[in-house]
Amino acid sequence: MNDTLLWYTTRGAGAVSLLLLSAVVALGVLSAVRFEAPGWPRFLTAAFHRNLSLTAVVFLALHVVTAVTDPFAHLGLTVALVPFTSWYRALWMGLGTIAMELIAAVAVTSLLRRWLGHAAWRAVHWLAYAAWPVALVHGIGAGTDGTADWMLAIDLFSAGAVVNAVVGRLLGPRPDRMADARARFRATVRREVTR
Amino acid sequence: MNLFDGPDPRAGAESLADHERRLGPLPPARAGLIEAIERSGLLGRGGASFPVGAKWRSVAGRSGGPAVVLANGAEGEPLSRKDQLLMWARPHLVLDGARLAADAVGADRVLLYVGEEHRSAAGALARALAERPAAQRRGFAMVAAPARYVAGEESAAVHLVNDGVAVPTATPPRPYERGVEGRPTLVQNVESLAHAALVARGGGAGTVLLTVAGAVQRPGVVEVPAGTTVGEAVGRAGGASASPRAVLVGGYFGAWLEVGEAWRLPLDPAALRAAGGSLGCGVVSVLPASASPVEETARIMRTLAAESAAQCGPCFFGLRALADACGRLAARRPEPDDLLRLGRWSAEVRGRGACRHPDGAAGFLQSALRVFAYEFAAAGGAGRRAAA
Amino acid sequence: MTISIDRTRCAGHGLCAELLPELIRLDDWGYPIIQPGPVPEPLAAHARRAVAACPALALRLSQQTPRFDSGTSQRPSRR
Repeated sequence: MNDTLLWYTTRGAGAVSLLLLSAVVALGVLSAVRFEAPGWPRFLTAAFHRNLSLTAVVFLALHVVTAVTDPFAHLGLTVALVPFTSWYRALWMGLGTIAMELIAAVAVTSLLRRWLGHAAWRAVHWLAYAAWPVALVHGIGAGTDGTADWMLAIDLFSAGAVVNAVVGRLLGPRPDRMADARARFRATVRREVTR
Repeated sequence: MNLFDGPDPRAGAESLADHERRLGPLPPARAGLIEAIERSGLLGRGGASFPVGAKWRSVAGRSGGPAVVLANGAEGEPLSRKDQLLMWARPHLVLDGARLAADAVGADRVLLYVGEEHRSAAGALARALAERPAAQRRGFAMVAAPARYVAGEESAAVHLVNDGVAVPTATPPRPYERGVEGRPTLVQNVESLAHAALVARGGGAGTVLLTVAGAVQRPGVVEVPAGTTVGEAVGRAGGASASPRAVLVGGYFGAWLEVGEAWRLPLDPAALRAAGGSLGCGVVSVLPASASPVEETARIMRTLAAESAAQCGPCFFGLRALADACGRLAARRPEPDDLLRLGRWSAEVRGRGACRHPDGAAGFLQSALRVFAYEFAAAGGAGRRAAA
Repeated sequence: MTISIDRTRCAGHGLCAELLPELIRLDDWGYPIIQPGPVPEPLAAHARRAVAACPALALRLSQQTPRFDSGTSQRPSRR
């Protein structure tokens, strides 16, 4: 296998998966706030979020597999599975491993959502908010292009999209207008369970 | 054989000894009890009027471990007093019925679910329970029901016991299939259980407990023979205290009836259903001609909306919107579409909650729109006149 | 095939009505009104997509008629 090809694929797939991941996080936030616009129904946000996340996982897999199998870098499978075990830039690579594992958890639980139930799925899904910044920082610190202009531009654009969406969510009204009343009512009918 | 035979119910409960002297001991468990209940035609007194024998049979017939009996004395209906009085004055009848039900359906646990605000009743039931021999109170426990309307709903009662929160759950499965601890659970109103205790002793299911309220001389609980008319029931409470306009039968979950159509109507579930009403929990409340029907309806709708568990959007938002529209009509400041909305929204909320709370409220409002059509139209017209 | 809904999970996201407008419409507060009865065969695939799309997992497809709530406003009240 052409070593340079593997190396370029690792870098390219990494950049693409970061871009996609950022789009996915932004779309996830838009889903939560129930964004819609003329010509953009709500199911479109959900469908994009799902499809792009699966695409991102594919590119992430490509990124990890090519990095691990690249004989020049000789990182080895352990690096991909156990954080901070890389001989090369252990901290930054470790962050990458962590981000990948968080994303894997989110992806697997999402595929099995119907069997896991809503509560368990949701609890794991919050990890996406941890995975994204960790992946971003991994990209800046671990990659050979980490601080290249074009890479930083991608980073900035991606970060901008995500921050924009999140701030919008934090500042906006609660989409579920019944949630407070529901919690208040439940508090009035909650009692100790005696067996 | 009546529930309130024997000493004056206002004097409180008899001792177990007096109870057994008067009625005989608790009949032993026997195979034919469910048939006897079915033959007696006993209907549930919790509001749905479901045949009691059929309910026991369906729980008895299920696999899934030993069953559970939940005696429902929550009585969250604000106008109703019959269950509280029954538990306070005849707790041994309730306990007899619960024990018989447990034996008939193969239950090893009996939960006495009493509204936490009905403290005298709970106290009387607890004292009576302590008097029972160990064999008869094996597996019995008292559970306090939160003082909210939906806490008395059967899936809410089961949910409280299982998870500590008295909100209705989505069904299926219904409690008789999988209830407390996943076991088949018989949720039965305390009055139904008391009647069952009389049926087991050879009595019939011949009487009904009613709470007569509103513009009557002596509001309170009366025990009347089956088939008693509304007018006769009001007579037992001393008659109307003012010229009556309408009667609310079944409580907030029931329906208004014009006094003319209501007075000679027998208070049994079939006759009331045919007349567009329901017996419900047996509340008969007289509305005097001097009262404002629209205001009274709005007040009750506000209560029902506030008692929504806020789990299901159509109920939470729908009842609130209906109550607000009624309020505007009552205040003579309606929006142009309010009358139309009342009709549309009340049709739309039916069947779209996890429990029957929105259905009850919608049914109540629809009966008001029918019986008080004139007053509602006049209130709706007020808006148009003001806008003109 | 019928659609059943867990009303306590439904949070009014409205994706179901977008994906199956023939059978599902939204009320004034964004909650679904589902036509009762079996799903016509030509709409089966759309029904499956609508059920899968619910963010709250409130919808379910069953092969037999549900005994209780079918998510409609046309059922007679059980009083």
